[in-house]
Amino acid sequence: MLLFCAVSYGAMIFTQFNAVKGFTSIPSAIQWGISNFYPAAHSFEKLPAILNKLLETILTAIAASTIAAVFALFFSVFGSKITKVNNILSIMSRGVATLFRNIDVAAWALILLFSFGQSVLTGYFALFFVSFGFLTRAFIEVLDEVGESSVEALKATGASYPMIILKSVIPSSTPQMISWILFMIEINIRSATLVGILTGTGIGFSFDLYYKNLDYNTASLVVLTIVVSILILEYLSNYVRRVIL
Amino acid sequence: MTTLLNVKDVSKQYGQDTLALSDVNFSVEEGEFVSIIGPSGAGKSTLLRCINRMINVSSGDITFDNESVVGLKKKELRRLRTNIGMIFQHYNLVERLSVIENVMHGRLGYKSTFAGILSLYKEEEKEHAVHLLKLLGLEDQIYKRCDQLSGGQKQRVGIARALTQNPKLLLCDEPIASLDPNASKKIMDYLQNISVSMGITVLVNLHQVDVALKYSDRIIGVSGGKIVYNDSPEQMTQEKIKTIYGSEADDLIAAAGDKNAV
Ligand SMILES: Nc1ncnc2c1ncn2[C@@H]1O[C@H](COP(=O)(O)OP(=O)(O)O)[C@@H](O)[C@H]1O
Ligand SMILES: [Mg+2]
Repeated sequence: MLLFCAVSYGAMIFTQFNAVKGFTSIPSAIQWGISNFYPAAHSFEKLPAILNKLLETILTAIAASTIAAVFALFFSVFGSKITKVNNILSIMSRGVATLFRNIDVAAWALILLFSFGQSVLTGYFALFFVSFGFLTRAFIEVLDEVGESSVEALKATGASYPMIILKSVIPSSTPQMISWILFMIEINIRSATLVGILTGTGIGFSFDLYYKNLDYNTASLVVLTIVVSILILEYLSNYVRRVIL
Repeated sequence: MTTLLNVKDVSKQYGQDTLALSDVNFSVEEGEFVSIIGPSGAGKSTLLRCINRMINVSSGDITFDNESVVGLKKKELRRLRTNIGMIFQHYNLVERLSVIENVMHGRLGYKSTFAGILSLYKEEEKEHAVHLLKLLGLEDQIYKRCDQLSGGQKQRVGIARALTQNPKLLLCDEPIASLDPNASKKIMDYLQNISVSMGITVLVNLHQVDVALKYSDRIIGVSGGKIVYNDSPEQMTQEKIKTIYGSEADDLIAAAGDKNAV
């Protein structure tokens, strides 16, 4: 605790962050927010265009998550200690997952900007890579946890490796895997907004556009639609989880 | 009588310093009901798994049905395993699938990977599975998910899965260790029935001496990876139980005495 305080104090000196000034500016920030950052009547004319962009962002997030899940499934089967084919493949697939997971989505977007420029593809691949790394890791854990017991039983009946995977391991782990995919979609919609600012696509771009044009009313409407859509999605995925688990 | 299983000079070493089995020799006749007893860590599970090659022996040879299992390649190994059913302490079912789906898994060893994955089972295979479930008193549970069953019911599903293989031999690794006395008795009665009425050879690992004494044609006692007893239940004495179980023996004898008293 003491160490934590020391580190955080050190960082404040280092970055010349003035705590007192930081805290005293909070009320004025709130005041600014209340007086400027609300949707006005004229903002609602832009609603169809905003919703269109929002849909694009949500679809990108869903596509990136689900395609990443397919790849993650293959890699996790090779990576899990229960289902691995051999140790070399297992270590390799864990390594790839760690690499992709530990590079931040914004960093991926910046790297990919060089290859794809400011396009939907840049955002898509940035989300895809991070999701792939994250889901591979999560799926490996799910598979490890499902355990060896039914694998052993099917092996003892003379079933082949693909049969064991598809008849015992996958049926036992689908609910947890679907739950992770839903979680990934939620995360990705949030990230997609940020990535959109960098790549000039989707809802992030809309926000950036209105914000830089000082149209704070419309920018706030954009934020509002994002919040609402995330809440709806969270509700939906909680519902799905309740049904399948 | 013909010999179904012959274990010759089998040793199993784990890593550098665990000798789980050392120079094990015994054979099992067709139709016999044989119990393997011994304290935990004696090597019972290892011994059972060497027979269907879930574990590979370090040295020695095992013949099953006049064929050495030790050198078998992938495809022959799958064929060998179809002839040997296995039953586990923790049932090892796919809990989220239905009873019938789990039972049908017993047929996978006979199928091509393609047919197995798509669950292309023949009509008579399904009828046989249903017939077995009726024999085991599970006709009302056929479409239930296995995670809704009691322990005793799960173990009966495990037995049905093994029987759909049409095995010559059943390997049972502590089949009643997780069950209450009532369910335990039921499962042991089923195993005995199967052995008698279907002519299937049964090899069962047990922790409880009294159960072994009651059900077996022959008892094999294992201690520290060695066979220290191999004879009929009638020849078992308290001294011999002590050689098998060492310091654990007194508790076991006391427990058996309690049961006799009741
Ligand atoms: N996979 C394994 N790796 C290393 N040692 C093992 C393994 N399985 C069992 N052993 C050891 O081998 C010995 C025999 O174990 P086991 O066959 O499980 O005995 P039992 O079934 O009679 O309790 C024990 O000392 C155990 O610790
Ligand atoms: Mg054991």
